[in-house]
Amino acid sequence: MTTEQRTLRVLIAKPGLDGHDRGAKVVARALRDAGMEVIYTGIRQTPEMIAEAALQEDVDVVGLSILSGAHLELFPRVIAELRQRGVDDVLLFCGGIIPEGDIPAIQEMGFRGVFGPGTDTNDIIAFLRENVTEKQ
Amino acid sequence: MEPTELIQRVAGGDRRALARAITHVEADNAAGRAILAGLYASTGRAQTIGVTGSAGVGKSTLVAALAREERRRGRTVGIVAVDPSSPFSHGAILGDRIRMQDLTADGGVFMRSMASRGNLGGLAETASGVVDVMDAAGYDVVIVETVGAGQDEVEVATATQTTVLVTTPAGGDDVQSMKAGLMEIAQVMVVNKADIAGAETAAMQLRALLAIAPPRAWEPPILMTVARHNEGLDALVDKIDAHQDYLRTSGHADEERRTLAEAQIVSLARAALHRQALETAQGEGILETLVDEVAARRQDPRAAAAILLEAVRTHWGRG
Repeated sequence: MTTEQRTLRVLIAKPGLDGHDRGAKVVARALRDAGMEVIYTGIRQTPEMIAEAALQEDVDVVGLSILSGAHLELFPRVIAELRQRGVDDVLLFCGGIIPEGDIPAIQEMGFRGVFGPGTDTNDIIAFLRENVTEKQ
Repeated sequence: MEPTELIQRVAGGDRRALARAITHVEADNAAGRAILAGLYASTGRAQTIGVTGSAGVGKSTLVAALAREERRRGRTVGIVAVDPSSPFSHGAILGDRIRMQDLTADGGVFMRSMASRGNLGGLAETASGVVDVMDAAGYDVVIVETVGAGQDEVEVATATQTTVLVTTPAGGDDVQSMKAGLMEIAQVMVVNKADIAGAETAAMQLRALLAIAPPRAWEPPILMTVARHNEGLDALVDKIDAHQDYLRTSGHADEERRTLAEAQIVSLARAALHRQALETAQGEGILETLVDEVAARRQDPRAAAAILLEAVRTHWGRG
């Protein structure tokens, strides 16, 4: 609708029960330093809470961080909750401990970027800037 | 979605449309202005509450507890939580949802995080626009939370009907509260974290400060809360309601509405003037020339500003 330069809004969320949010915080901070507005919701979020926050905050991007191994369980539920709310135009990416073998399945679900430990945050920033789409 | 469709959907209670409408209002773009114009007639129904205070006094926790108490009374709640943008990168980390997690699952609550952005449009005006959209969407109560540091942020809170000032027992001596100039803007004062030592003393200091202030028609009550445990919230909502009743019945409501309307018009006109003048100055290359002059110390900045203004005026005269 507009081509005016806008600030990217990113939701960083941690689904599931692991409490290790250092990675999420490092990414949140890097994105802030790149000029983005990062909504950080804290640990132990249910898929419903993540989707509802994405809706209310009208974010461009949702980033999920997970280290518990439950990604194949939880990610599809997050996507289902987003769809149910009509949030169909957000860019999805994820990070944490995700085995190599699971990556194709996760990409299949709609996660365009999968960033494991050791990722240069500049790569994430570049990925977001390249892949985010204009809101309608 | 076009503004007309968004307006209809917002009025019909569509939460996704509400979120998108807020995005446009926040960006202060053409769609945002059209949305506000279209919705304005259906605003003015919500109770608006500003919550401000220094960093670390427990504002987010208090706002969450306040929202829970309003929900208990059967009211729907909109929340606008403003956090500062980084002056360096203009990015921001908005973390207020961390304290409001349980509210995310409540369909009667809509919460939006907002970065201060340091925009020319004026933070208070942008935030008021967001409040208006939530008001038009039918929320009974709209709460705005800001850090009470700096004029912009304080103005945001005062652009609401009832401003709640939050302090803590550890807030420092009474001179600190006087310095901040926050005392003057509050209709309700809260000593939060009242379960730690010194709460009584802090409340007493506030009382003493109010006693030496000029008398006013509404005397701000001083309350104690432990927001973390939802303590004292019942009394707080009672007092906020009492202030709202006072506004409605005392005839002050009309006066306050006029004061607020004047402040908003002046501020928006000032921002528009500011933006247009700078656009002209930049477009004509006037600004850049003057920057060179001042940087080389051939002109002083004040003289340069006067020249800039004169050039803009001449340019507008021609147009």
